Amino acid sequence: MLTLVRPALVLLACLTLLTGVAYPLLVTGIAQGVFPSQANGSLITRDGQTVGSALIGQSFERPEYLWGRPSATGAFAYDASASTGSNQGPLNPALREAIAARVEALRASGVEGDIPVDLVTASGSGLDPHVSPAAALLQVPRIARARAVDEARVRAIVEEHVEGRTLGLLGAPRVNVLRVNLALDDALGAPGGAAGDTPGR
Amino acid sequence: MTLSSVLLLALYLVVIVGLGYPLGLYMARVYDGTSPVLRWLAPFERLLYRMAGVREDEEMPWPRYAMAVIVFNVAGLLCVYLLQRVQGVLPLNPAGLGAVSPEVSFNTAVSFASNTNWQAYGGETTLSYLTQMLALTVQNFVSAATGMAVLVALLRGFTRKNAPGLGSFWMDLVRGTLYVLLPLSLVLAVLLVSQGVVQTFGAYATVHLVEATTASADGSSVTDQVLALGPAASQIAIKQLGTNGGGFFNVNSAHPFENATPLSNFLECVAILLIPAALCFTFGEIVKDRRQGVAILAAMLAIFVPLAVLTIAVEQGGNPMLDGIGVDQTATLLSAGGNMEGKEVRFGPTESAIWAVATTAASNGSVNAMHDSFMPLGGLAPMWLMQLGEIVFGGVGSGLYGMLMYAIIAVFIAGLMVGRTPEYLGKKIEAYEMKMASLVILLPSAAVLLGTAIACATDAGTSTLGNPSIHGFSEILYAFSSGANNNGSAFGGITVSGTFYATAIGVCMWIGRWWVIVPVVAIAGSLAKKKIIPVSAGTLPTHTPLFVTLLVGTVVLVGALTFIPALALGPVVEHLELSHLVSR
Repeated sequence: MLTLVRPALVLLACLTLLTGVAYPLLVTGIAQGVFPSQANGSLITRDGQTVGSALIGQSFERPEYLWGRPSATGAFAYDASASTGSNQGPLNPALREAIAARVEALRASGVEGDIPVDLVTASGSGLDPHVSPAAALLQVPRIARARAVDEARVRAIVEEHVEGRTLGLLGAPRVNVLRVNLALDDALGAPGGAAGDTPGR
Repeated sequence: MTLSSVLLLALYLVVIVGLGYPLGLYMARVYDGTSPVLRWLAPFERLLYRMAGVREDEEMPWPRYAMAVIVFNVAGLLCVYLLQRVQGVLPLNPAGLGAVSPEVSFNTAVSFASNTNWQAYGGETTLSYLTQMLALTVQNFVSAATGMAVLVALLRGFTRKNAPGLGSFWMDLVRGTLYVLLPLSLVLAVLLVSQGVVQTFGAYATVHLVEATTASADGSSVTDQVLALGPAASQIAIKQLGTNGGGFFNVNSAHPFENATPLSNFLECVAILLIPAALCFTFGEIVKDRRQGVAILAAMLAIFVPLAVLTIAVEQGGNPMLDGIGVDQTATLLSAGGNMEGKEVRFGPTESAIWAVATTAASNGSVNAMHDSFMPLGGLAPMWLMQLGEIVFGGVGSGLYGMLMYAIIAVFIAGLMVGRTPEYLGKKIEAYEMKMASLVILLPSAAVLLGTAIACATDAGTSTLGNPSIHGFSEILYAFSSGANNNGSAFGGITVSGTFYATAIGVCMWIGRWWVIVPVVAIAGSLAKKKIIPVSAGTLPTHTPLFVTLLVGTVVLVGALTFIPALALGPVVEHLELSHLVSR
């Protein structure tokens, strides 16, 4: 038994140095050298200010912007310091009520017809940066109306941002909400009030 | 099922088998010491052994091999516990996180040392970068290497005759880490970073929101978003490859920084089953009959594929509870549709379902969607795969040694039917082997069912459920199935950081890991001492479709008989209730 303690402790220490220190440091070195943007969170800067990550969603509620999916994070929607899903079971009455209420809210914004499921269900991470192309195109008339521009211009911007399946097979078709909204602001100007201000609601 | 789902599942399996075959043969050479790669690091290896006082020619008898496993794992466990308790005063803690509570520290220590990686905590809100690296990443490697070492010891038991020892655990441990896990992880980690998985020691980033949002507590304006970062890619690579599954972030591989694109998702998904599948070929190579390994792999696939098809179909079908309230769940060119609660758009229902089945078939336990929000039958498949004992692919090493226990039971049953002494791979299977194999199957099953029963009967067990009614029971059953079989995934609505669950699941993980390893090593020791019986006309061939059928039948029958009553109270009845509610 005692003859096992020394190898156990020494090997644990050595393997800790190897796999717990050297290995992450080596990966970090390669990552920071070869893929610095990705390794640091794929941040997007505009006018010298970091406005978000291409991979992390943000909450949008103004009619001028494309809206993303509902988020179940606690402190506020899309709290990227504490990811979580709703974890509501499929038969949970609260789930059906929440979804029905979201459908109503979208109806009130002028959407007609059935709503693509991703736009009314909370994502797994609470940080999903995407909606389906169907859910994005559905919002084009509202965005155009709010921005007082031709629908075709908004539609063109959304369609530009549609990403298909990787290699035609992997993943699902999607649109990055933050990227679309930044593109909308670039092409059509930021909506009334400086970016980041609380909208008058 | 859509055509693209069928193609994707087929591609997935082809890639796993295609990569697994060469990897399996390589691992066989690593463990028998004949791979030329071993020469590159030989001086380093020798230095390690000299410092540790390890004799390179040591042949450990089985009790010593088992004891070495336990001493090493307990040392690791203590290390993980202590690091969590004192992380507040240690460096590399940019978020300023304090000490973790004793019961959660205990739970996490057992969890990572046992290759379960059950998480009673949320990574970004609980653990410092230092704890993630020195405690968790290290255990990700060594717990996986431990599982592979025990498997190799068992295989030596089959191939040696009249031998007193099973080789050296220390060398098996070091070689598995150095020549298998580290290089694969390094490659995968860099590939993941290229897709957007973060890898930095910098502090959490703060970004200025494009549109301000409101805090849910007091309605005040929120203008900034804090992005949790960290050295994630290095840990995620080994978490997937070593069937560990413990996420860097709370939502595991559903988090965009942990699993950024469909390609990263595919790579991570392949990594879940790669080594477990490859070990089937290693097995065939070591016992010098490749057909034996192929037969085991075929049996695993025969269980995996139908359950994957079921889960994909169910999740793609959507949630009938949402019919009639204006929600479109159909799959079109512009939307993947399906049951999207708890799923990410970039993965859609198909890849979420494939992942769920892979991660529970292997004892991985990472998730890319919230299993709690799966449809009743979509949640049933993962739960049952865990309850089978994590032997359909299973954990690295542990999956195959678990499956070989079932193979022993299958030849025993076959032997009873024809009245011959059962034998497997030339070794007589006798009362001692049967007793040990029964323990391996009975102990985790007992832990699942007793744990669930105790939780259901106590306030402590029922007061922290996340969902009402039947689904709450499913959360409990899932939790104990996951813990006692060292999976680590969860129906995440349940809160498990309290004393009851942290302790109870901690104990189950302990039983499910080391109370299984000891009997397996005991069988290895007993087999190694036996002579090898030459194949005769009366030998049951164990590489034929007939044997594969027998093996699958044994697994399914034992799994079904043990767990159907419990499953009937959970997902089965929930499915029936769903049909009832929808037809109303």
